[in-house]
Amino acid sequence: MVEVHLWSGLRSLTGGQQVVEVEAKTTGELLRALVRAHPQLQAPIDAGVSIAVDGRVIATGLTEPIPEGSEVYLMQRLRGG
Amino acid sequence: MALDDRKSDFTFVGTRPNRPDGLDKVTGRAKFGADAYAPGMLHGAILRSPHAHARIVKIDASKAEAHKDVKAVVTRADFADVPFKPGLEGEFYNVLENVMAGEKALYDGHAVAAVAATSALAARDALKLIEVEYEVLPHVTDVDKAMAPDAPVIREGAADYSVPEGMHPNVVRYHESGHGDLEAGFAEADLIIEDSFVTEATHQGYIEPHACLAILGNDGKGELWCTTQGHWIAQKTCAALLGIETSQLRVTASEIGGGFGGKTTVFIEPVALALSRKANRPVKLVMTRSEVFRATGPTSSASMDVKIGMKKDGTISAAQGIFRLQGGAFPGAPGDMTAMCAFAPYNLTNVKQIGYDVMANRPKQAAYRAPGAPMGAFAVESVIDELCNKLGLDPVEVRLKNAAHEGTKASYGPTYERIGLVETLEAAKAHPHYSAPLKPGQGRGISCGFWFNHGGETSVSLALSEDGSAQVMVGTPDIGGSRASMALMAAEVLGIPYENIRVTIADTATLGYNDVSHGSRVTYASGLATIKAARHAVEKLCERAAAKWGIPVDAVKWENGCAVPSGPNAGDFDPMPLADITADMGRTGGPISGHFEATPEGAGVSFGTHIVDAEVDPETGKTSVTRYTVIQDAGKAIHPTYVEGQYQGGAAQGIGWALNEEYIYGEDGRLQNSIFLDYRIPVASDLPMIDTVIVEVPNPGHPFGVRGVGETGIVPPLAAIANAVSNAAGVRMKRLPMSPPRILAALKDNG
Repeated sequence: MVEVHLWSGLRSLTGGQQVVEVEAKTTGELLRALVRAHPQLQAPIDAGVSIAVDGRVIATGLTEPIPEGSEVYLMQRLRGG
Repeated sequence: MALDDRKSDFTFVGTRPNRPDGLDKVTGRAKFGADAYAPGMLHGAILRSPHAHARIVKIDASKAEAHKDVKAVVTRADFADVPFKPGLEGEFYNVLENVMAGEKALYDGHAVAAVAATSALAARDALKLIEVEYEVLPHVTDVDKAMAPDAPVIREGAADYSVPEGMHPNVVRYHESGHGDLEAGFAEADLIIEDSFVTEATHQGYIEPHACLAILGNDGKGELWCTTQGHWIAQKTCAALLGIETSQLRVTASEIGGGFGGKTTVFIEPVALALSRKANRPVKLVMTRSEVFRATGPTSSASMDVKIGMKKDGTISAAQGIFRLQGGAFPGAPGDMTAMCAFAPYNLTNVKQIGYDVMANRPKQAAYRAPGAPMGAFAVESVIDELCNKLGLDPVEVRLKNAAHEGTKASYGPTYERIGLVETLEAAKAHPHYSAPLKPGQGRGISCGFWFNHGGETSVSLALSEDGSAQVMVGTPDIGGSRASMALMAAEVLGIPYENIRVTIADTATLGYNDVSHGSRVTYASGLATIKAARHAVEKLCERAAAKWGIPVDAVKWENGCAVPSGPNAGDFDPMPLADITADMGRTGGPISGHFEATPEGAGVSFGTHIVDAEVDPETGKTSVTRYTVIQDAGKAIHPTYVEGQYQGGAAQGIGWALNEEYIYGEDGRLQNSIFLDYRIPVASDLPMIDTVIVEVPNPGHPFGVRGVGETGIVPPLAAIANAVSNAAGVRMKRLPMSPPRILAALKDNG
């Protein structure tokens, strides 16, 4: 199981939970599992998210591995200039 | 991307060879956006709204269309509104609305129609023949007023899921993040300062205006030449807006005269293509400077409230920030990025940040170097400076005491990998600038700054020639010296001289997809791709040498530009230079090339610390920056001169933003200062020598340790300069720019 930390603005979509546990081995599986657990997360995920795995920010990739016991944070999609 | 092949000793990387585009640029041979011509070419011009907010009741273009010199007139009806293409729905609609108004003109300068005529003068004259009937609507250009209950609604239904109930429809995105217990943290503080700050919109100020040459036939096949930071995104967006297939539009990026984030989208390109399709002739469109100011992306303006609690020993016990960013008449102001970056330099137990994206009747904001981060740093670092002053603490020591490091939980959530903030602060403390005495009337300011950096989709192709030279095709327009750094990285892997490598920005028809040159991603991602492509070619070179020697390929390794036996058991062969292998490559297996296509995901965040001395003339309010030092972590500087140039450029643009640059709107909602005479960017005589210190804390996500350097350099200047000016003037400056009238007003208010 992976503990996914959400940004606090998402608590209104998860019944107040800021940490959601899902089964996932890749970043893509993680996003699908989050939506299965909390369908209202589809909107922020569609709007664009990045995922930090052990501090490394994965901007868009859906195939990045999530090793067992990793620290995982969902973040808003990063933009640059 | 896991990297087990890190390199730390270099032959070519870290040297300072001449830039490959130098001769082209000093002799005028370089071709910029406006330097393309085609047989039968027409000239385009765009009619723009004089109103900040108005319903377009009717457009009558019949007189223009009847004119002998006019070959086409287009309005919104000439673009494809539907079907939306995958991945472009939301932003596709916004870009379309921005490049050509639909039912309403949303800001002063919004395009409402365009003509193509036989000369540029005829095109401009023909605009006067187009009659537009407007119903003028109430407008709002200020971020706080745009959020007020009585503000005119710019677009109903633009808000997304994130906006709390009860907010004005102009608030379209909301971000909230943080951790810990703010109340408990503030209770621990010996001093709490809470204050409000304002920054105005500034333009990226690139010297080259937007310009393009477009050719689009009725068969749906097109060619586009344009000045852009990303020709694949230009291709994808234009194809969607014109309703043609992406692959049928070939886009070539011109040499670019600055972008800074402002050329990461399209403005005139779809209009030129629509005119060309209608006229069945090539169409050239070049913006005037006034059009650039009125209708291309400035950065957001911001209104911010920051509250920080500090203990007597300098420990920050709690921090809170509310950041309201106005991004024009479209969603997209980076309030979330401002929020996530604002406290990122610090190791905080209790922190909360809120960001708002607010629409107003201004042009659609575009990215500008670390979009959103400089404003937040201005507010946060000003409050930290004030706390240091009130508690009698050294500003660098306080920042060191609270500095984030490897293992710190970032204010935006995750735990940092190896980062270099502490190293920049230690370098600041040790720098002669920090201990140099100040003259009477001068003040010194310090600020830290943070930026995420980015990877992005990247393709690179490298081809070896028979004579042993190499050509590298990259897809990221060179906005900061990337051709030089790509050549250095390829030279490092191949072991051939820098001068033997030519790097070209390939067009969309000759290379796989590349994300825009943004997010400080190019030296990181295209660099990683170049290294991987070169290693791919080296594998083939080793295979050919192994075949010639009749030994297994794993008995061959690559050293200093030669294939060599990997050990004493591999056989006794003289080193085989690259050129000896390529000389007959056509007969030993065919051309040797290397490729890389992927989305590198290990950009590595970056930090900087700036030291500024400023002097304020109490009679005129004029500020002079007398000394400036930039210290920033580059991970590994591939071409140090270009890295220093990025640092100096960030500081120079920050000086403009802090002291003079601002969008000034009249009561009528029209931009008052749309030329460089009235919108004053710093010139050489306004700037001191900007000293630089390159700190190198390698990024674990890049084979050579590179971190992007293009954006972080503009994050600290607003705050560092404001702190210097505030300390010089003896009054806290809370509004940018700190122009002479504002300085005088602040001095007067302070008695």
